[in-house]
Amino acid sequence: MALSHIASSSSRSNLLKPLAAALSCTPSLRRPISSAADDSRTLTIETSIPFTAHNCEPPSRSVDTTPKELLTFFHDMALMRRMEIAADSLYKAKLIRGFCHLYDGQEAVAVGMEAAITKKDSIITAYRDHCTFVGRGGTLLEVFSELMGRKGGCSKGKGGSMHFYKKDSGFYGGHGIVGAQVPLGCGLAFAQKYSKEETVTFVLYGDGAANQGQLFEALNMAALWDLPAILVCENNHYGMGTAEWRAAKSPAYYKRGDYVPGLKVDGMDALAVKQVCSFAKEHALKNGPIILEMDTYRYHGHSMSDPGSTYRTRDEISGVRQERDPIERIRKLILAHDLATEKELKDTEKQVRKEVDEAIAKAKESPMPDPSELFSHIYVKGLGSESFGADRKEVRLVLP
Amino acid sequence: MATIFRGLGATTALSASSKSNSFDSNRFHFQSRRSLSARKATFLVVRSEGKLNPGLNSRARRPDHFIANAVATKTDSSAASTASKPGHELLLFEALREGLEEEMDRDPTVCVMGEDVGHYGGSYKVTKGLATKYGDLRVLDTPIAENSFTGMGIGAAMTGLRPIVEGMNMGFLLLAFNQISNNCGMLHYTSGGQFKIPIVIRGPGGVGRQLGAEHSQRLESYFQSIPGIQMVACSTPYNAKGLMKAAIRSENPVILFEHVLLYNLKERIPDEEYVCSLEEAEMVRPGEHVTILTYSRMRYHVMQAAKTLVNKGYDPEVIDIRSLKPFDLKTIGDSVKKTHRVLIVEECMRTGGIGASLTAAITENFHDYLDAPIVCLSSQDVPTPYAGTLEEWTVVQPAQIVTAVEQLCQ
Repeated sequence: MALSHIASSSSRSNLLKPLAAALSCTPSLRRPISSAADDSRTLTIETSIPFTAHNCEPPSRSVDTTPKELLTFFHDMALMRRMEIAADSLYKAKLIRGFCHLYDGQEAVAVGMEAAITKKDSIITAYRDHCTFVGRGGTLLEVFSELMGRKGGCSKGKGGSMHFYKKDSGFYGGHGIVGAQVPLGCGLAFAQKYSKEETVTFVLYGDGAANQGQLFEALNMAALWDLPAILVCENNHYGMGTAEWRAAKSPAYYKRGDYVPGLKVDGMDALAVKQVCSFAKEHALKNGPIILEMDTYRYHGHSMSDPGSTYRTRDEISGVRQERDPIERIRKLILAHDLATEKELKDTEKQVRKEVDEAIAKAKESPMPDPSELFSHIYVKGLGSESFGADRKEVRLVLP
Repeated sequence: MATIFRGLGATTALSASSKSNSFDSNRFHFQSRRSLSARKATFLVVRSEGKLNPGLNSRARRPDHFIANAVATKTDSSAASTASKPGHELLLFEALREGLEEEMDRDPTVCVMGEDVGHYGGSYKVTKGLATKYGDLRVLDTPIAENSFTGMGIGAAMTGLRPIVEGMNMGFLLLAFNQISNNCGMLHYTSGGQFKIPIVIRGPGGVGRQLGAEHSQRLESYFQSIPGIQMVACSTPYNAKGLMKAAIRSENPVILFEHVLLYNLKERIPDEEYVCSLEEAEMVRPGEHVTILTYSRMRYHVMQAAKTLVNKGYDPEVIDIRSLKPFDLKTIGDSVKKTHRVLIVEECMRTGGIGASLTAAITENFHDYLDAPIVCLSSQDVPTPYAGTLEEWTVVQPAQIVTAVEQLCQ
C-alpha cells in the first residue's frame, strides 16, 4: 500500500539524515548538554522526503531550524497529543457529548504551520480544530471548558467541539459543515487583500471535503482575483469511513487545482510543513492561491463514535504510529543532535500531562452557562423582539 | 407560567407596571419619527415567581440607543412614505443605488459583490456606475457561484468588512442556503459573540411578469426560521433607500427583499439624509374598521382594493409590515386593539409563509382583542405557471381583498 512505502522510505532517511548532519558538522557531537541553550544556533535538517510539485518549483528539502524551535515543537505536539487523549477519556466518561473529532497523529500540521506564520495571518478549518486552536494561542482551560460546555469555554459553552474560535489571533474556526469553510476562508483572504494587509489565510480542509463543489468555486474566485489564500488539504486518507481512492477519481489533491500550483508534503514531518508553509505564504502574497496537500494520518477514528477499525486494519494504524509518528521524529532529531537528554524529554511529557490534568480538573469545576445565555449573542446589541423556547411557553423574553 | 404585560396603554395595574413607566407618553416625543410617533416594543416578562428579570428589563425598551444614528431624522410626520418637503424624484432602483452610494462614500469597508454588479451595472441597474467610481475590488463581479461568493462575503464580514451580496434573483440564493443559515445566521452565537457578521444580502424576488416558476420564488418563508438574521422587505423608493442604509449600518446580517415589479416605481424622496428603522412597520393608511397587514408588492394591490373599499364605506387601516423578521408587534398590536379585525395579504405561499407566522404571532399575543378569526390571503401553493392568466390566479388580486374585507366586517 502506498502508505507503507512512504513509511519505510522515511524511516530509512529519518535515521540516516540526522546522523549524517551530525557527522558533517563535527563539533556538535561531543557538546555538553547545557550549551543546547545556545538557541540561536541554526541547524539545517533535511525533510523526510522531497516535495512533489504541480505547476511550480518546490522549495528546498533543507530546512533551517533552531534547537529552541525543535524543543518547542516537541513540547507543543506532546501537549496536543496529551490533550486529545485526555479528551478521549472525557468523552468516554460522558463529560464531553455530541461529536468529538480528535487530531492525534496530525499534530505536525498544526505545529509546523504556526512556526511559519504570525498571528496576523488567518487560519480557518473544519471541525477537527482542537489542536489548531491551541496552536493559535488557545489555552487548555478554554479547550476543556468548551468541550464540557462550560461558561469559560472559548465560545462560552455555546459552540462545542466543532466551534472553536479565537478572533484576536486570527483563528476563524471551527465549522461543522465541511467544505463551507473554504468560501469563508477565501472571504478572509479577500478582506486581507481589500485592506492591503500583506497577510495570508490558510484554509484547511480534509480529503473528504476536497470533493465539495464550493471548494472549486472558491478556488476559481481566489485565482481570478489573486487572493492570498492557501488551501491546505489535510489528507488523512479517510473521509470518515471512506478511503480516498473510493471517493475521489483523482486522489492527487494537490493537482486538482489545475491552473493553481500545488505541493505535496509529508504532513508527519513538522519541519517539512514549516518549510512549505513559509514558501506558500511568500507565493500567495505575490501570485495568488496555492494548494498544499499534507500527507498525514489520524490514529483515532473519524470521531469518538467511530472505532476507526472497520475500514482500516489495526496493523496499518500501528504501522504508521511506529514509522511516521510526528512526535517520535522530533524526539529522534533532538536526541541525535544532543539538544536534550532522554530524561529531559520524558520530563517534558510528564509536565505536559500534569498541565492537561490540571486544566481538566479546573474545567470540571467551572460553572455552566447561565440560562439567560440561551438568548444572548443571537443578534448583536439586541432588538427588543421576542424570543421563545421550543415549546413557546416557558421562556419568553426580550432579547438583550 | 410566564405572562406578558404590555406596558403601554397604562391599563395594566400590576406590580410590574412600575417598571413600565419607561414607556409613558413622554417617550412619544423622544426622537420623533415619521409616521406614528415613537413606538416601542414594550414586552415585559414576569415569571411565575413574580420577580422581574432585571437584566432583561433594563433593555426591554425600544432599542433606540443602538440605532440612535440610524433613526429617521425627518421631524415632520406626514403620510407614511412620501416626503412632504420638496426633494427629488426617482425610481426605486435609483433610490437603492443612492442609498448604496451614500453608504459606500461614508464607510470604506462597504463593498458589493454579485453577478454582473460591476461592469454590467447590475441586472436591475441598482449598481450602475458604481464600479467606475469605486473600482473593481469594491464592486466585485463574481462568477456564477452563489454558494461560494455568499460564503466569501460572510468570511469577509467576519473580519470587519461590510459586504453587500446581491443575488441576481432571490431564488438563486437557495444555492447559498447553507452559508446563509449556518455561517451567516449562527456564527455570532456559536463563537460566543466573538464574530459579528454585518452583511447585507439583497436581491429581487417575488412573482414577476411570466418569469416562470424558478424565477418567481418568495424566499422569505424559507429564511424566516434562521436564528440570527433580520429580514426586511422594501416597497417604495423612500423605504428602499432608508432600509438599504439601515441594513448596511446594522451589525447583524440583514436580508433585504426587493420585488422585481417594483423597481420602476417613481416617488419624490427627501434630499437630506435619512435612514429607516429596520424593525418598524409603516402605517400606510390609518383606519378604523379592519387592519390589513401586507408587505412588498401586495401593498399596492391592497391600496387599490382600499380605494374600492372606501367607496363602499369601509375604513381599512393598511400597515406595510416591512420588517419580516422580527415582526413589529408593537405597531401591529396597537392596530389590532383599535380595529379588532385582521386581514393579512401577502405574496408568500400559503404553507409556512410569512402570513402563517404572522397569524400565529398575532393570535398568541392579541387573541383577546380579536372579534373575528384572522384571515390570511396568500399565494397558492403551486409553482408559478408561465401562462399569464394562471399566473394572475396564483397571487392575491384586489378583488379578492375587497371580498375578504367585506366578509370579515360582517
